[in-house]
Amino acid sequence: MTATPAIGADAQTEVPLKRRLRRAERARQVKALALVLPLLLFLLFTFAGPIAGMLWRSVDDREVRQILPQTAAALADWDGKDLPDEKAFAALASDILAARASGTMAIAAKRLNYALNGFRTILTSTARNLKAVPERGTAKETLGKINPAWRERATWTTIKDASGPLTSFYLLAALDLTRNMDGAIVAAPPDQAIYRNVFTRTFVISLSVTALCLILGFPVAYLLATLPPGRSNLLMIFVLLPFWTSLLVRTCAWIVLLQSKGVVNDSLHWLGIIDEPLRLIYNRFGVCVAMTHVLLPFMILPLYSSMKAISPAYMRAAASLGAPPVTAFLRIYLPQTLPGIGAGSLLVFILALGYYITPALVGGAADQMISYFIALYTTETANWGLASALGAVLLLATLLLALLYGKLVQGQQVTGGMKN
Amino acid sequence: MSDDRSLRTPSQRAAWTATIVISTLVFIFLIAPILAIMPLSFSSGSYLTYPLPGLSLRWYDDFINSPRWMNSLKNSMIIGVASTLLSMVLGTLAALGLAQWKSRFKPLVLAFVLSPVVVPGVITAVGLYFFFAPIGLTGSYLGLILAHTALATPFVVITVGATLQSFDTNLARAAASLGASPLYAFRRVILPLILPGLASGALFAFATSFDEVVIVLFMAGPEQRTLPREMFAGIRENISPTITAAAVMLTTVSIILLATMEGLRRRNERLKGSTA
Repeated sequence: MTATPAIGADAQTEVPLKRRLRRAERARQVKALALVLPLLLFLLFTFAGPIAGMLWRSVDDREVRQILPQTAAALADWDGKDLPDEKAFAALASDILAARASGTMAIAAKRLNYALNGFRTILTSTARNLKAVPERGTAKETLGKINPAWRERATWTTIKDASGPLTSFYLLAALDLTRNMDGAIVAAPPDQAIYRNVFTRTFVISLSVTALCLILGFPVAYLLATLPPGRSNLLMIFVLLPFWTSLLVRTCAWIVLLQSKGVVNDSLHWLGIIDEPLRLIYNRFGVCVAMTHVLLPFMILPLYSSMKAISPAYMRAAASLGAPPVTAFLRIYLPQTLPGIGAGSLLVFILALGYYITPALVGGAADQMISYFIALYTTETANWGLASALGAVLLLATLLLALLYGKLVQGQQVTGGMKN
Repeated sequence: MSDDRSLRTPSQRAAWTATIVISTLVFIFLIAPILAIMPLSFSSGSYLTYPLPGLSLRWYDDFINSPRWMNSLKNSMIIGVASTLLSMVLGTLAALGLAQWKSRFKPLVLAFVLSPVVVPGVITAVGLYFFFAPIGLTGSYLGLILAHTALATPFVVITVGATLQSFDTNLARAAASLGASPLYAFRRVILPLILPGLASGALFAFATSFDEVVIVLFMAGPEQRTLPREMFAGIRENISPTITAAAVMLTTVSIILLATMEGLRRRNERLKGSTA
């Protein structure tokens, strides 16, 4: 019961204690992970899984193979140089009859029509005029007689290319590219090449909105960061109220303000500045104004927090060393706000890239961004492969920028920690 | 810079004046649209123009007596409350776990958990549309609640996580050393202290769901149309003053949410001040 044996016991159990500590720590880590796990599983089901499914759809190509199975098999070892042999013609004839009987022809026709305009007509006319499987050796002639397109190599390469199970067709189409008959990647025909334009437009609108947000947001953030806390908290409501107001309320408000009989036009008319109402909405101007309004708080808030961290002593030091205010601002203040500028601009740009609602409501046909086309091909025309491919390109751009944003914000935290 | 003594030179004063003027204009730009729409909802006429022909509450009457608008309000509440509850449970557990978890994979897991905020709404919506349709979750309340929960949970993880960062873990240890079971310690010690963080997380989650429209556009059947979805349809067709009444009500909800948030923030700062 004296102290001495207790100390001896401690010395003896030193190693097990360490092990016990490690074991306890490991148990803690397992428990911590167990707490995160439900959310991870949930997001796998409601977020990651669905997006992976979408990405898969952009390369998945099994419709033609399922509906025209014999043709797909017969074309598998066709070299694509001359017309395929009689076997392929016979297979196609029997596939067409089967597909017509089961009513699945339209699905294959739709897919083939994406790749070669007019393919739907070729298939339906053939199906209509083909009464029975042609006799041995005459399939080539019969089909050629029904529709001369079967005597062309392009018709057959289209089927072979669409025979899946995987395809690069949609992803290439999303970048205005296509494969020619020899399998080389070439520019898509001009009537189908619209997506590079759409991507450029999406980037241009996002960039303009980001620039507008930066120009408008910088002085506001500076004012908020410089004023004493009481007054800046009060003014912060001007930033936070729009931030919390529904996107649709704000979009609706801009329509009310900017329409031809709206408040802005009426006031300008009343002031005698204009005679005819200006067209302020359902065009690029309206889109940029409404999007800037929606995204401005996302610029002001990061700018504000980066400016808040700048000690006023730096500027005073610069002034006491004889720097004129402009020099002090450009050489001392501005560089320190760069992380905030970077974070705010990237955030606004990322959010702008994926915008759908505002351009859809206040933009014209020439102001629709990439999201509009993804939605259009999903719900209206049901070209799911192309919708998914466009989605994949947008997702890639977003993730790359988000990665950059993550690096930037992380770096900021590190320097912020060093300053403290 | 704000105190007048530091504004010594005329150029400094001019720069400061310019800042104030520009900021005032930006504040007007930010607030004016929201203010401009409000009086229109009280107009007695059916055109959205000033000056108002007269005042009336007919558009509010219209809103309240319209089964379509009332149904959408009900749906917004059901989906908003349900996804807030679900995201609170999932998000708080995850934030508690992430606070204790030490691993080099942690930034990766965190990025994954936060990614629903960054990924464009249309992409999430299209993915869910393909994924949920075959299992009968499109055109259902459950499908929308699950989708909104996925969007809202990152905000809960961020706000609760931020609260946990300033939480003194010694308090939990003290509770344990006094013999409290982990659950009891959580309920009596940790929970009361992180409650403001939980409340702002819940507000964020509710606001996210209440304002969401892209996923609803893709996934909701006629039965599940929410208030923003109904507004979207209304704006597309033709803007009637009933929409402005709906907008005013939505803005009122936003102001309540914002005021609650601000109250929580002030309370938090006061508490921090008293312990410092």
